Amino acid sequence: MDANNGPEAETVLRLTGITKRFGPLVANDAISLTLKRGEVIALLGENGAGKTTLMNILFGHYTADEGDIEVFGRTLPPGDPHAALAAGIGMVHQHFTLADQMTVLENIVLGTRPLWSFNLGKSAAREKIRRLAADYGLEVDPDRMITELSVGERQRVEILKALYREARILILDEPTAVLTPMETEALFATLAKLVAAGLSVIFISHKLGEVQSVSDRVVVLRGGKLAGERRTSEATRRELAELMVGGQLPVNEIGPASPGDCLFELKGVSTRSMGGAALKQISMQLRGGEITGLAGISGNGQAALAALISGTLEAIEGDILVHGEKVERWSPGAALERGLGRIPEDRHATGMIGDMSVAENVISEAYRSPRFSRFGFLDWKAAAAFANDIIKAYDVKCPSPEARVRLLSGGNMQKLILGRALDGDPDIILASQPTRGLDVGAVAYVHARLIEARDRGAAVLLISEDLDEIQTLSDRILVIHRGQLSKPSLRGELSVMELGELMAGHGHDEGASHAA
Amino acid sequence: MRLEPRPASSVAASILWPAGAILATVVFSSLLVMIAGASPLTVFWLVIKGAAGSQFAALETLTRATPLIFTGLAVAVAFRAKLWNIGAEAQLYLGAVMTVVIGTGAVTLPSAGLIPLIMIAAMLTGALALLGPAVLKTKFGVDEVVTTLLLNFIVLLFVSMLLEGPLKDPTGLGWPQSKRVIAEAQLPRLIKGKRLHFGFILAIVSAIVVWVIMKKTTLGYEMRAVGHNAEAARFAGIPVNRVIVKTALLSGGLAALAGFSEVAGLKGNLTLDLSPGYGYTGIVVAMLAMLNPLGVIAAAIFVAGIFVGADAMSRSANVPSYIAEVMVATSLLTMVAAIMLMRYRVRWR
Repeated sequence: MDANNGPEAETVLRLTGITKRFGPLVANDAISLTLKRGEVIALLGENGAGKTTLMNILFGHYTADEGDIEVFGRTLPPGDPHAALAAGIGMVHQHFTLADQMTVLENIVLGTRPLWSFNLGKSAAREKIRRLAADYGLEVDPDRMITELSVGERQRVEILKALYREARILILDEPTAVLTPMETEALFATLAKLVAAGLSVIFISHKLGEVQSVSDRVVVLRGGKLAGERRTSEATRRELAELMVGGQLPVNEIGPASPGDCLFELKGVSTRSMGGAALKQISMQLRGGEITGLAGISGNGQAALAALISGTLEAIEGDILVHGEKVERWSPGAALERGLGRIPEDRHATGMIGDMSVAENVISEAYRSPRFSRFGFLDWKAAAAFANDIIKAYDVKCPSPEARVRLLSGGNMQKLILGRALDGDPDIILASQPTRGLDVGAVAYVHARLIEARDRGAAVLLISEDLDEIQTLSDRILVIHRGQLSKPSLRGELSVMELGELMAGHGHDEGASHAA
Repeated sequence: MRLEPRPASSVAASILWPAGAILATVVFSSLLVMIAGASPLTVFWLVIKGAAGSQFAALETLTRATPLIFTGLAVAVAFRAKLWNIGAEAQLYLGAVMTVVIGTGAVTLPSAGLIPLIMIAAMLTGALALLGPAVLKTKFGVDEVVTTLLLNFIVLLFVSMLLEGPLKDPTGLGWPQSKRVIAEAQLPRLIKGKRLHFGFILAIVSAIVVWVIMKKTTLGYEMRAVGHNAEAARFAGIPVNRVIVKTALLSGGLAALAGFSEVAGLKGNLTLDLSPGYGYTGIVVAMLAMLNPLGVIAAAIFVAGIFVGADAMSRSANVPSYIAEVMVATSLLTMVAAIMLMRYRVRWR
């Protein structure tokens, strides 16, 4: 993609010595970087490395304590969100900012002109969008409603929105997180066209593979500092990973599985929707000593399945069988009684109570047991001891069992949830997006614990939107699409592209719901 | 303007912000006092003297604080579980109704039996009054702010009907008031010849019991968990709806004790002016106490002191005693702001 970004190419964006402190925390420590015309740089770093803060400063949401931003040779006034837009910087957020009940055209034009003249020049706008779409491979019908669009199409609308406003610098925040492999390919093709037309791109990611295939240069952030900068062509994957982590990468060994009995089974279960797709008569079996991975694009029923198994969503038809026995009343309490360990998708909303202490949180699933209470009175000493056990065993960084959970990092929160869920060695484990938002070290840790649970004979269901994670960990893979399951495939049986096809809904037609 | 959560609030901050709130209240009230044509220093001195300057004043403040401790506790308990009980006033009146229903001669027992019986019956009545809104909330998602608030008016009209009808004192010269409770149903005075009665001790004990419930028991744990994050509580297997109902019963029962203690300890009978809004003032008390049950005692005495002191002040300084309500209302607003600023930092731009 480096058509015209030789050393003589024009510098379009220059950050100099950007420093931002939040109290004692230095989120950005003297970060300098330059972006040239027609160049793609990847901003690589773990969560908390300072990527988001840096972009927020660039966009004027935060004011840097020190440092300057220069766009096309002119200094950007600090703390003014309009300045960045006016200077030609466009951003595509990870979570889209589109109005669902409006058309593509309306969303793109929204905010570029006063409302009273909204209907004027609509056809000119439509024409401009058509032209941009055709030039850059961003096909989408300007007159469709956003609700009718797929996730990939919505992302195209976001990019079109930036281009419509004459953005010359495009920032993409984790753009592939919600895409199928095919959609990712299409996005990369679009980026290539944009760069060829002289735009510059900052591509924020923590996925090394993508970074290597899309960027000219990689800038690695770690702990708020610039950890290194490499030309992509000259850097190895391992080198980048180690720059990102700041040391040796932990490696998990996963041996062959020895599947046992079916411990958990769904038979023809349907549910109502949980925001995404509802489950439609799905059947699945989880066997002991095996990790079953559920792949799929976000919003295809993963949330409903996780809530169903957790006990927070009722089945409207079908049966749940635990250890071969049909369950009459299913609830979070019933799930816990039958020995399920559950790791929820959203740590903050569902997993932990942020304003309560570590000790109060770790006992939340077992506070009524004689271990933690007698005659309705809680034994806070036992709770603190249990919290200390988890803190030690799971290497949780926290000052004390009395600390508010809200103050812990995502990784440490996840470790507490793991400790709570895996206490008492449950033989059925639901892990829903267990590593989302965690740094590489914490991811390896979570994976190791799941493998450990499998190896002692537990049935593990891993729900993840990260195909790499699914492929690494799963002994069997199911793909969910619009609330229905594909036939299971064994480890290594299907390629990424084949899984991608299933994720996009091909091959789901016949016998789709009778998996396992 | 934006709010950013603060990482942790220090001990100093948790003292300084509320202190700042009180200071802001004083400054604001001073302005009003000056508009009324008096010197703020004199007025505040008179308020303090009127609230605590003599044995009579201090006892009067504690007497006035008694129902506020009960309603403050009722609100603190409910708000802790994010059950927005605005209906303490109604529950108070229903507790008072039950007190006169049983205590005016329908049942004759020695004090040691009759008083506990009335207390339990009053608490049950108040609890039932909040059960309806709680069930409507958990079953159908009906907003309890609306139902509990509106119930206040319904209950007040209902009490008015009772006082014109079945509960009307035949010897009351036509006034809408109930018969007086019998001697066995009366709470003893703490000091002979003074108004402060045993209800104050009951209020202190209730505060301690509630504190123990919130801190040490599984129920208190469940209530706090539901209040902080109902979704996470549900995920962990805490029976959220049942906890809300239990909270409602406890809260309604506590508010009803305010009505019981006013009738059995102070007034002797039920009239329509039994409570000058103690149920609503309980919200202020609970917020000033930051929902801490022991803090409720101090907050109730503080608020009662302002009312009692302002009454005394208005007699000698010629400033309307409405200033008390302004001060209490202002202190609520500044306290809510202080609590928010304790947790969040304001970023301009």
